[in-house]
Formats: sequence, structure tokens, C-alpha cells
Amino acid sequence: MTEPGPAGVLEPWEVFRREKDGDPMRHGGSVMAPDAQLALDYARELFGRRQESVRLWVVRRADILDLDDPDLLQPPLDRSFKKPGGYVMRDKLATARDAAGQAKPRARPR
Amino acid sequence: MTDPRALEPVLGESPVTPGKLGGESEDAFLARFEAYLAGGGSVEATDPMPDAYRTAVLRFVEMHANSELMGVLPEREWLMRAPTLRRKLALTAKVQDEVGHAQLLYRVAEDLGKSREAMLDDLLAGRTKFHNVFHYPTRSWADVGIIAWLVDAAAIVAQQALRDSSYAPYARTMRKICWEESVHIMHGRDIVITMVTGTRRQRAQVQEALDRWWGPLMQMHGPRSPRERDLDLRWRIKARTSEELRQEFLTIYVPRIREIGLVIPDPELRFDEVADEWRYAEPDWDELRSVVTNHGPMSEARLAFRRLARDETAWVRDAILAPPRAA
Repeated sequence: MTEPGPAGVLEPWEVFRREKDGDPMRHGGSVMAPDAQLALDYARELFGRRQESVRLWVVRRADILDLDDPDLLQPPLDRSFKKPGGYVMRDKLATARDAAGQAKPRARPR
Repeated sequence: MTDPRALEPVLGESPVTPGKLGGESEDAFLARFEAYLAGGGSVEATDPMPDAYRTAVLRFVEMHANSELMGVLPEREWLMRAPTLRRKLALTAKVQDEVGHAQLLYRVAEDLGKSREAMLDDLLAGRTKFHNVFHYPTRSWADVGIIAWLVDAAAIVAQQALRDSSYAPYARTMRKICWEESVHIMHGRDIVITMVTGTRRQRAQVQEALDRWWGPLMQMHGPRSPRERDLDLRWRIKARTSEELRQEFLTIYVPRIREIGLVIPDPELRFDEVADEWRYAEPDWDELRSVVTNHGPMSEARLAFRRLARDETAWVRDAILAPPRAA
């Protein structure tokens, strides 16, 4: 459990919740609390009262490592070769098909 | 097979993963756990689970991780020989992706109780296995296309069926991996189609590559095995049998291979409308056995390269794990 903060000082805690068995943990929201135990209690009240969660993770906001540097995450270079849309084969495929004397295949043989 | 999750709307959500009760025998725990899995239940890394299930998931994920790690070696041999800058970027990205998949999967496996170092030791000593297709040489640029298109396609057919694995951390990892693999297939198909619309020699190279890879591709999912004896299926670690995966691969890819004028080197291959399944020449299971036990044409060379890479990067791991020096 996280170390208790200074008494009487509220700070934000982020709440992650799993909606159903097998799902990933998703951010649900946050609560203000003076310590870990109350943060858990508030999280349960806000995100677990209607059986809408099967698991909660509560993390002190200050403990989250944050990275949003666009130079690292969204570099302005052509990365289309990493995406399905980066490969346009329609014309080449038609040429190959014509050369092979093949019709366009049916969707699936069954 | 009926998807157990399809029953959720009528049965409600799965119950909480059962824990082992005080004094309960491992067998009794396993029986209750199996009932939970059969009802569509999923298991998280920190949940209690019977040893047999833990071992089975670990074995499955470990071999998958090994295959991702070893699988980049045949392709890496072509990084410096890619024909254009864009092809080189795409192949480099694919190699990075596959190593990333190995990282994700070793992480999933580590949580089940075996360290990454132990997994690498076992892989490099030949005590654990990696997929048959990565034990063969890559002879031409056409091999890069055939591997990225068809080997990845055969793999993704299997991997898509793992997105609903009962072991939830594996299922979630597979969703990310499948998304990336779909790009690899496009990259490979683009290479193949570009080459078959090129010179006569390029076309012949693609056909020659297909001729060599078809046997290993048909062996890749493994021999038919009875569904009822397969514990991985019973525990929903995986969802489909080897033969189901091979049939789906053939259904999707045979038409696409033939569409561009390539000839599949199996005169017995045909779709049997009555039986509603593909017929094909029996794959060479002796070859599969020999290859996956590291007697394939490139098994030793690839393992030797991986050992070398591990030795040469030991200083990085040592530096990361070293205690901080006093200021």
C-alpha cells in the first residue's frame, strides 16, 4: 500500500475499473482522499455501488508516470508502412489477376 | 464449438474466480476451477489457479514468446538487402514489432512463475521449442514476402482464436498483437504482388519460394489431434484445434494465392464440397518432429546467433540491474 500522505491534506487518486471478467482495466475517474484507505472507500462508493465493476485499482495521481511528448508519441514522419492503409494493392492485384487469367475469387468457398 | 461467452446474456456474468479452499485437495480445486472455465470464466495473473492450469498456460505462452523472438532472425537477414528504402523501413518495423511481441509475451509468462532468464536459458539450451517455420533459411527477397504474407497469415489464424483465451492477460496481449500482425500480412502480400507483376525472373522467385514454404506452412499448426484429449482446449487456453486452424488458413488463402497465378505445390489440394473441407497431401510430420527438435536446416545457426546476441548484450542487463553507486 502507498505511504500515507500528510494528515488532513486531500489529494487526487485515479480510479481504474474492470467492468467484467477478462476486460482490461480502464480509467473510470478520480476521487479526492487524504489517505489510501479512504481513497479505496470512496472509489468503491463511486465506481462499485451498482455492481458495475469486478475490480478497482486506485493509484495516487502523483505516482503516475506521465508521457505525452508529441515528439516521442506522434513524430511528424511518414509511418504509413506501419499501418494497413499504407499498402494499396488494388491496381497491382488486378494486373496480377489479368496476367494469370484468374477471376476475382468468391468471398469464401463455403 | 459454441462460444461460451455467447451465453453470457442468458447466464449472466461469470462468477468470481474460485480460490482454493482450506484443506481442499488439488484435484477438488481443479474440478471446481474447470467448472468455472467451462462457464466462460477468465483468469487474471494474481488469481489463484491450479498448478496444472498454470503450467499449461506457461508452456503455451512461453513457446509463443520463443517463436516471436526467434521468428525475427530469418527476416533480419534481409534488412540490409531490402530493395528500397520504404521496404527496408517496413521490414525493420516488422522486426521491431515481433521482438516487441516477444517482450509482451515473456512478460505474460513471467507472471506465471518462470523468470525471463530461465526461459531464455531453456530456449538456448534446446530444452524448449519455437515454431517450425523459423528453422528454415531465407534464400531470396521473395522469401521475405512469402513469410510476411503466408507465415504471418497462418499464425494470425491461430492468434485470432487466442483473443478469447481463458487466461485474460494473454487474451488482451493477443488483441494488440493481432492488430500489428495484420499490417505484416499487408506488407508481405504487397511484396508478393509486386514481384509477380514484375519480371519473369521475379515471378519465378516467388513461385520457388512458395514451393519451399508450402510444406512447413502445412505442418505449422501440427497434426490433427482429438479435441476431447486436448487440455488446452478444455481449459480454453486456446479455442480451436490444429485442423480447424489449417482449414481456415486454406479457406482464406488458397484463393488469394491462386488469384495471382501462383501454383500451390500439392496436386491433391482441393475443396471437398460434400465433406465441406479441404483435402490435401498429408504433411510430412517426420520433418516437423525433426525440425522443432532443433534438427532443422537453420536451427543451430539461429540458436547460435541468439546466444551470441545474448552474450554481447549481457553488459546492458548487468548495468541496468547494478545497484546505484553511492554519490
